[in-house]
Amino acid sequence: MSEYKKWKKFMNGVYLMNIEVVLKEEENFLKAFIGGEIDVLTAPILREKLTSVQLKEGMHAELNLSDVSYMDSTGLGVIVAFFKNINAKNGHVKLTGLSARLKRLFDITGLGEIMDIETDVKVEKNYETI
Amino acid sequence: MKPFDYVEIRVPAKPQYVGVARLTISGLASRIGFTYDDIEDLKIASSEAITNAVQHAYNEADGGEIVVGCALYPDKIEIMVADHGKSFNFEETKEKVGPYNEQQEVQFLREGGLGLYLIETLMDEVKVHHQEGVTVFMTKYVEEKRVEDNVENISS
Repeated sequence: MSEYKKWKKFMNGVYLMNIEVVLKEEENFLKAFIGGEIDVLTAPILREKLTSVQLKEGMHAELNLSDVSYMDSTGLGVIVAFFKNINAKNGHVKLTGLSARLKRLFDITGLGEIMDIETDVKVEKNYETI
Repeated sequence: MKPFDYVEIRVPAKPQYVGVARLTISGLASRIGFTYDDIEDLKIASSEAITNAVQHAYNEADGGEIVVGCALYPDKIEIMVADHGKSFNFEETKEKVGPYNEQQEVQFLREGGLGLYLIETLMDEVKVHHQEGVTVFMTKYVEEKRVEDNVENISS
């Protein structure tokens, strides 16, 4: 049983997870829509989803983060690991829909210079809710 | 009267309580007039410290607990995150106690990522003590203008 399955079995029905990951794979292109809170509780879900992607040579991946209301280093770690895996296959990763807050998180950690990031110009509406 | 209000949260060292503690701190910070951006910084910094404590206690059979203490002043918040969840090997602990070695603490917190770096960047003051577990002290000041506004509101 994978770590995630063990973890999910343990958590199932007990806690409400505030994260959503939807993957769309088409030939050499992957689009992931990520929403909710990415922290130590939910990052394993994102990691499991992204590692389920079959990596192809020269793959183009887009991670849309426009519905992410909270993220910390646990989320950055998962995204960096994915970025490294795609790069190892000579592919490209693009992050889209980032709020100014989220963009800042990438910038202060130096990842903003390494990764291809497109910010969202729309009015910010993402507040983490109780 | 004490110069500050003190709120303490004690949670099991489990991932599902990190968000609970984060939202509590967010609520407390909003009471003393932090801006939206500063509250987001506080949420990330405190989550990093609590996450670190959870990850070190996670594989322990008894789990352990994390204590988050928040001291609220008119112009700042002090947050203390203490991980006393682990039981210790006496000899091993004895070796670790003693002269404060910053390099060692940094190594300890750095394993697995950017956590400590984010805490240092997002907070105004940070101290780390490694004695019977790891304790992180961090302070963030309310922007001056906000404090004046608050004082005005209270006095009027």
